Amino acid sequence: MTISIRSVEKQYGRYPALNKVGLEIADGELLALLGPSGSGKTTLLRVIAGLEFPEGGQVLFNDQDVTFASAAARRVGFVFQQYALFKHMTVARNVAFGLDVRKGKDKPSKAEITARVDELLKLVELDGLGGRYPSQLSGGQRQRVALSRALAVSPSVLLLDEPFGALDATVRKSLRRELRRIHDATGVTTIFVTHDQEEALELADRVAVLNAGQIEQVGTPDEVHDNPASPFVCGFVGEANRFDGVVSGGQFTAGPVVLAAPGARDGPSIAYVRPHDFLLDESGFEARIERVAPQGPLAHVEAVLADGRRIEVTVARDDAPRFAGLVKLSSRRSHVFAA
Amino acid sequence: MDDAHAMTAETYAASPTPVVRRALFRRRSAIPGFGVTLGVTLTILSLIVLIPLSAVAIKAAELSPQQFLAAAFSERALAAYRLSFGAAFVAAVINGVFGLLTAWTLVRYEFPGKAVINALVDLPFALPTAVAGIALATLYAPNGWIGAHLTPLGIKAAYNPIGVTIALIFIGLPFVVRTLEPVLRDLAADVEEAAASLGASRLATILRVVLPALAPAWLTGFALAFARGIGEYGSVIFIAGNMPYKSEIAPLLIIIQLEQYEYAAAASIALVMLGFSFLMLLVINAVQAWARRFH
Repeated sequence: MTISIRSVEKQYGRYPALNKVGLEIADGELLALLGPSGSGKTTLLRVIAGLEFPEGGQVLFNDQDVTFASAAARRVGFVFQQYALFKHMTVARNVAFGLDVRKGKDKPSKAEITARVDELLKLVELDGLGGRYPSQLSGGQRQRVALSRALAVSPSVLLLDEPFGALDATVRKSLRRELRRIHDATGVTTIFVTHDQEEALELADRVAVLNAGQIEQVGTPDEVHDNPASPFVCGFVGEANRFDGVVSGGQFTAGPVVLAAPGARDGPSIAYVRPHDFLLDESGFEARIERVAPQGPLAHVEAVLADGRRIEVTVARDDAPRFAGLVKLSSRRSHVFAA
Repeated sequence: MDDAHAMTAETYAASPTPVVRRALFRRRSAIPGFGVTLGVTLTILSLIVLIPLSAVAIKAAELSPQQFLAAAFSERALAAYRLSFGAAFVAAVINGVFGLLTAWTLVRYEFPGKAVINALVDLPFALPTAVAGIALATLYAPNGWIGAHLTPLGIKAAYNPIGVTIALIFIGLPFVVRTLEPVLRDLAADVEEAAASLGASRLATILRVVLPALAPAWLTGFALAFARGIGEYGSVIFIAGNMPYKSEIAPLLIIIQLEQYEYAAAASIALVMLGFSFLMLLVINAVQAWARRFH
């Protein structure tokens, strides 16, 4: 199922939640909508799901206009942040719900439904728990139930709204891998919303970065991380040190910091340097090391420049001893944008 | 979370302080005053509830078993129970339907005058029951504003069991509405959206997702309205007509026995009603225990 979103607009009061958003999603793709809260990512997901309707623009499923079709008619599977399980039903009844409410000849037989439920519970590794109630499960297990309930109706698209947001870090990590595995096993086109850039970069085939109701950049995790298209993407995806300065003749200057900026237009500019893109360099600018905090194989270094500005540097743990006292730094790579 | 529990337990076990041993006898609480508050609570409960109720049983025990049965289950008393329980049941069922609608309207929609309607729902709680009784009797009497329109249709809405039921509907409505409201408000919108996204029609969503989720609260509200209806006196006697065997409620029969100085007989009828009240409480608690299964 391919999905096309064409200049979709949606407003809440006077505040635009989506401002002429366009996006193409390929069949079988796993796409992340990444952005801070209020960026419109959940609204966009709900518009795709048919839980919310846009004021302008079009949503196409396989080139068919579904802009105002109901969620049921679109055959989407939706997974909510807070699970939204039916508390008064057992796990098995929850998973079977979408098949149970079908009518006439569309409705599978009891045996078929039971077989399908068993198969799905096995897929999410919950076999044997079909008789429990949602309140008897952990958060991670509940989200697995929600996932298999959404998959039960063989949806054309699987949509997940911050699916791991309410879970703790270790469960989140394992469930993330599991979603990838399930996506690869079923091949269903999947879109998930997250504010966690690490999650988006690890899990998705492509990432769409949203800010203030607009898509700032769409690309593979590497593209978005290594070649950010805007200052916002640079600051939001991955960590970065920000410098406000001036470009002149292909060189960016902010106080003592001098960075190569080939091709950048002259004038006031903003430069971003990732913490791991700094290196020791005798021809660089001077920095005084304040603190070195080892963290696993890496070490986080806090440094103060000649004009008092602070920067963060990440180095390999083995190189950490060389970062002491006064050092000279330069950057391997920087991203310069006109201010 | 389980890990956190296990760790706390271990820390306690390893701790050598005597506090842990004291905890075996009396659980230490960060909130002081347990002894005083429990003492006051028990005293008040005894004075207001337990002693008067046991007095009913003691008074009724003055009669021999045969006398007790004769007084508690005379033809007239049975007719009164039938009316009290029957009318209360019908009123509670009607309140169950309209109370659900009222709660739904108040929770789900915004409309002008909502605050006024919200306050009106509580009126039966606040209004002196005699005032309600007189007002209802005046309205539904054959020459009253509403009664006058019902008479040509052949419906007599006052001074008979229908009148009793009308008064009990008035009295019981807020119990259903106020029990359902918080549950309905807590029912997350995403559950209904989930049902819709799975292909359920609006009707199927309400029947299979919303109403089952409300069932425990609805049953509790129903039982509360029912229990209140059985004991209601003030508002009913003005509209009931109070004809023995026809429109005489059980609480009124107790008063009549008292006025005839038949104290033991009055206590016998009271004891039957007391027993039924306990039964209702038991049912309400059972419903709530059943509901906790999901939450």
